[in-house]
Amino acid sequence: MELTPKAKKTMVTAALIGPAAIWLFVFMVLPFFAILVFSVGERAPAGGYQPAFTFDQFANLGARAAAFVNTLTLAPIGAIACLLIAYPLAYYLAVKVDPRRRLLLVSLVVVPFWTSMLVRTYSWMYLLGARGIPHVLELIGIENVRLINTPGAVLLGIVYGYLPLMILPIFVSLEKLDRRLLEASADLGAKPISTFFNITLPLSLPGVMTGVALVTILLLGEYLIPQLLGGGKVFFIGNALVDLFLQSRNWPLGSAIAVTLVIVVVAVLLISMRIAWRFAGTRQIDLV
Amino acid sequence: MTKPYRDNLPISADGFMDQFMRLKRGSVSRRHFLGVTGLGLATAVFGRFPGAGQRAYAAGDLGTQMSIATWPNYHDPATFENFKAATGVAVEVNVFGSNEEMLAKMQAGATGWSLFVPTNYTISTYSQLGLIDELDLSQVPNFDPATQSARFTSEGKVDGKTYALPKNWGTTGFCVNTAKLKTPMQSWKDFFEVAQTEADGRAMVHDYQLTTIGSALVSLGFSFNSIKPEELAKAEELLIKVKPHLFAINSDYQPSMRSTDAWLTMCWTNDGAQLNRDMPELAYILGKDGGEIWTDFYAIPKSAPNKPAGYALLNYLMDPQNAVKEHIANGAPTTDSRVIALLPAEITSNKIVYPDEASLTPLEFGAAVTLTDPGRAELMARFKSA
Repeated sequence: MELTPKAKKTMVTAALIGPAAIWLFVFMVLPFFAILVFSVGERAPAGGYQPAFTFDQFANLGARAAAFVNTLTLAPIGAIACLLIAYPLAYYLAVKVDPRRRLLLVSLVVVPFWTSMLVRTYSWMYLLGARGIPHVLELIGIENVRLINTPGAVLLGIVYGYLPLMILPIFVSLEKLDRRLLEASADLGAKPISTFFNITLPLSLPGVMTGVALVTILLLGEYLIPQLLGGGKVFFIGNALVDLFLQSRNWPLGSAIAVTLVIVVVAVLLISMRIAWRFAGTRQIDLV
Repeated sequence: MTKPYRDNLPISADGFMDQFMRLKRGSVSRRHFLGVTGLGLATAVFGRFPGAGQRAYAAGDLGTQMSIATWPNYHDPATFENFKAATGVAVEVNVFGSNEEMLAKMQAGATGWSLFVPTNYTISTYSQLGLIDELDLSQVPNFDPATQSARFTSEGKVDGKTYALPKNWGTTGFCVNTAKLKTPMQSWKDFFEVAQTEADGRAMVHDYQLTTIGSALVSLGFSFNSIKPEELAKAEELLIKVKPHLFAINSDYQPSMRSTDAWLTMCWTNDGAQLNRDMPELAYILGKDGGEIWTDFYAIPKSAPNKPAGYALLNYLMDPQNAVKEHIANGAPTTDSRVIALLPAEITSNKIVYPDEASLTPLEFGAAVTLTDPGRAELMARFKSA
């Protein structure tokens, strides 16, 4: 039997997106549906879930307000700290560095990903702990400095862990930059600083917004770094979720918080894309 | 001409490596690997020689693998090696931070564990929820109820049926670095005071509602197990006042105490004994005003995938000769008089492991209601997020 061109096209499309679609449906859409059902249920007397239809859990979101506030302040601060460190480095890699060494240097940015995040965070626990940097400080006469389990240690862990995710998209957007625009700007008498702010920065904004969105979204679900470098005292939504499912076993409230978190993430994405469109004057920044 | 010897092998070298890599990737089972490579046959043949793979601890097919859920720093690693040598069953060890977490995993569905180590106050809940079965004691001949101390083992029985057998008992006190902290401490009241003053930024509490809320309650003169809202409110007020001064909220306190990042922590007997053994300046203190006394038990989940191996390991651990090694390694006191007789004098005379009876009198066993009370769970969440 001969396939019509249209049928052929449909089959190709299905073959291309089928595996991803099935994967997402089974491991993303179905579990999310289960979470939605849980979120309108009740906590069973011994913990867990029992069927019900109530919005009590959503009314009780305030019980974890502190976790939302912590996350919604530390996630943007972390993302901005990453950005401030990543931008100059990405600029150096994309514009200033000798092209023959560029590949090597960019690869070095990715190298930390070869080791598990858990192992790298544990290394920081030892570096910041009493036998690490504070011990070195003691040798030069500065006693009893505590670095580990402070908000500063959490911020450091965040910047360390997520920096590559910020550098790479900015690097890509700067590397694509048409050099003739910079030459034209210089030709027309602009100083380097004004060329940077009028040409380079706006054209790299898609990369910046991608980086900011990537880091912020991952930080909204962060659990490990506050636990390990914050000593369990810095409480993110991720930590609240772990406790609700594994300690107090209030699965319905945990589900309601998870649903709310998803809504917040989508809102963050939409807002950051709007901002990027406005500043860059382009619609090339599609994250969703 | 004779055939090359390779033709007689069950598998070529390339074929062997190919199958081996498939095994490593997990695409084939161990059983398949042993079958196609001929190693299974070899193992079976060698297994008939004495000393190679005896099955002294149980009859029947134990399989080759089982999992246990237990606590950190709680077993002699050699125990599982020896069990594997004796039975051929490899034991995968899962470590947990709280009874709540173990219960949550069990409530969520099949865990894959064939043995686990719940604490006394949780056993009645596990049996009510139908998550554990009554034990078949005929499969645990090494257990002898006559040599057990009923004070510690009674909660293994629910309605006269035995659901769990004791591993060891212990206490929840606190551990102090006496080289760093000079204030003498004798009670939980002292603990929370020093945590806010001399030990500012250096004290740890457990990430565990039972002991953290319980000890705060005790320091205020209330019961360790209280669920009265007005008493819990007072405990919450204290914990939230102390929180800015804490080093961490974490049940895994040994690394921080050893590195001297932390100078004061809530502590279980076995950790206290291990820390004091390695660093004599780390003292272990029981609250004069109260605190917890506990027993950890072995139980078999209803959903256990390998019950024969679970029973075999349980029976192996109930053998005093094996149990004594566990006690020497983990530093917790035993409930079994046969094991006490085998322990070296430096352990039985260690006041951390076997304290005076008088210091045990104010202590309370955890109550089942604290495991499921939503008030305590929410208090803990507010404390952590404050």
